[in-house]
Amino acid sequence: MFFDSDLLMSALRALTPILLAALGGALCERAGVFNIGLEGMMLMGCFTAVTTSWFTGSPWLGVLAAALAAAAYSLILAVGAVTLRGDAVVLGIAMNLLAVGLTSFLLRTVFGVQGTFDDPSLAGLPLVGGFSPLAYLAWAAVAVATLVLSRHVWGLRLRGVGEAPQAAATLGVSPAKYQYAAVLVSGVLCGLAGAQLALGNVTLFSENMTAGRGWIAVVAVMLGRALPLGVLLAALLFGLAEAAGFRLQGLGLPQQATDAAPYVVTLGALFLTTARRRRRTTPAGAVS
Amino acid sequence: MNRIAGALRSPVTFSVLAGVLIGALFLVGTGADPFTAYGAVLSGSLGADGIGSTLTTVTSVLGLALALAIPLRAGLINLGGDGQLVLGGMAAAVTGLYTPLPAPLTVLLALLAGMAAGAGYAALAALCENHFGVPLLVSSLLLSYPASSLASYLARYPLKEPGSSLPQTRQLPDGVALPAFGSSTVTVGLLLVALAAATYWFTDRRTAIGYEIRMTGLNSRFAAYAGVERGGLTLRLMATSGALAGLVGAIGVLSFPYRFLDGALTAPGYTWTGLTAALLAGAAPLGTVLASFFFAVLQVGGLSMERTTEVPRELTQVLQAIVIVFLAARLRFPRGRLRKKAAV
Repeated sequence: MFFDSDLLMSALRALTPILLAALGGALCERAGVFNIGLEGMMLMGCFTAVTTSWFTGSPWLGVLAAALAAAAYSLILAVGAVTLRGDAVVLGIAMNLLAVGLTSFLLRTVFGVQGTFDDPSLAGLPLVGGFSPLAYLAWAAVAVATLVLSRHVWGLRLRGVGEAPQAAATLGVSPAKYQYAAVLVSGVLCGLAGAQLALGNVTLFSENMTAGRGWIAVVAVMLGRALPLGVLLAALLFGLAEAAGFRLQGLGLPQQATDAAPYVVTLGALFLTTARRRRRTTPAGAVS
Repeated sequence: MNRIAGALRSPVTFSVLAGVLIGALFLVGTGADPFTAYGAVLSGSLGADGIGSTLTTVTSVLGLALALAIPLRAGLINLGGDGQLVLGGMAAAVTGLYTPLPAPLTVLLALLAGMAAGAGYAALAALCENHFGVPLLVSSLLLSYPASSLASYLARYPLKEPGSSLPQTRQLPDGVALPAFGSSTVTVGLLLVALAAATYWFTDRRTAIGYEIRMTGLNSRFAAYAGVERGGLTLRLMATSGALAGLVGAIGVLSFPYRFLDGALTAPGYTWTGLTAALLAGAAPLGTVLASFFFAVLQVGGLSMERTTEVPRELTQVLQAIVIVFLAARLRFPRGRLRKKAAV
């Protein structure tokens, strides 16, 4: 059978990095910061996780270091977009480029290899009940984010800042503070996503190994309307597409077709949801 | 105000200087002498041995920089340059291999086919925004991946050169190639791209459509109020953009090694270098040319820097990105603070 529990399991494994990154993106979106630097933050997380695990022998320290490094990296967006009021889109693109360049440069200076670093003694994350511990963390993060955004005063203020920063400021809520917090948390989550990718899904680092997953996460935020549960569903869709792709590859379809599958599926899903939403809400001839 | 002082305090100057300075810190960090390293970048790219290679790189970088600058002038970001480039290259390769016409006509047809393929694919991304409400940024990028996969599949299976171990098509027939200058690798492609730059400059400065594009970039709501039809403009700008990206792909296939090799067009990262150049120049025509040249020098000079100082050439990629980070954060030398808004 094609759709069986194995497929679901591999879909759930494929979805963890996307889910973590997309949750970070959703928080930023709610706080009014358009974060398309997820890809770069994840890549920094991948590299830091592998480097730290290699030099300390502990994948757990690798995870911790990845979260911290990616959070530090996300400060570029926080300072650039919130404090200096720069263009978040351009900053995000630049951060993604910088991450590719920086990790490739460091890969060669630290490990002296080009392309891929991969060593049998590099310690990866153990599996707990068939899943990486970070997968459980990602699911817990969905629940926490849902509760905080809908119930806790932090979440309500964060949404207020995103929807009407001036009104929030009038009520004594500092928009900058909440936006910084959202960006930094997204950095931590992307760092964890990177660690999961480089020490969980596989145990290696290769140049540009995120391969568009950060962008898929950006799309997942749009698809899920920046709601944690919606983001979970969108990430699950992507995970299923990736897992089904691998399955089809086993049945003889060329690898290129399965590589393209997640992007096509995501785009298709985006068509369906936005087209329906637009028919419902946008009056004809509206500007911008 | 003094123009030179103004130029010195512009965010562009600040960003480039900051990038070069941080690059020097990296060099010191890896134990290399920054002066030797930057000297090697310059002599390796502008010296007699390197200038040919630099001009070949300029052809691709400037072509893509223009491709990305044209929509950027109206505030649209096309992130799908890679897909449009690869499809253009593939279309040119197929046309070059299977057209039963005299070689010069085949070359012309291959260039046109490359442009048409890129334009059509980019227009698809514009249609996604206009009709399905998927932001252009996302639709163009997501469409890029399947295009690369398709071209990769074609080069590996149906069109693969029999007996070759590389994922590449057969070599184009004799004479189906862009004429090169002397014995160098610089081809007529450079002239085509220069012509495109001149056309862009003229359109931007002297025509009504150029004015509409700039107005839309500065204030899209005002432009819409003044009667600029946004959907149509997006479609036309993206088609032009894709045509240029496709042209670069076709030029790449019609130059050495005269075939489509999977990954050869995208591996050097021309799309991203081109986007960086367009962003640095704020999509202004002359600025885009200068910025493309600057980044091509860095990219080619990076190789000779690696040879002389053993610092990985990826450093030049870091430098490029740092320039854009600073530029996007709108940092500049102080004293111009009050005029911040005026310079955007």
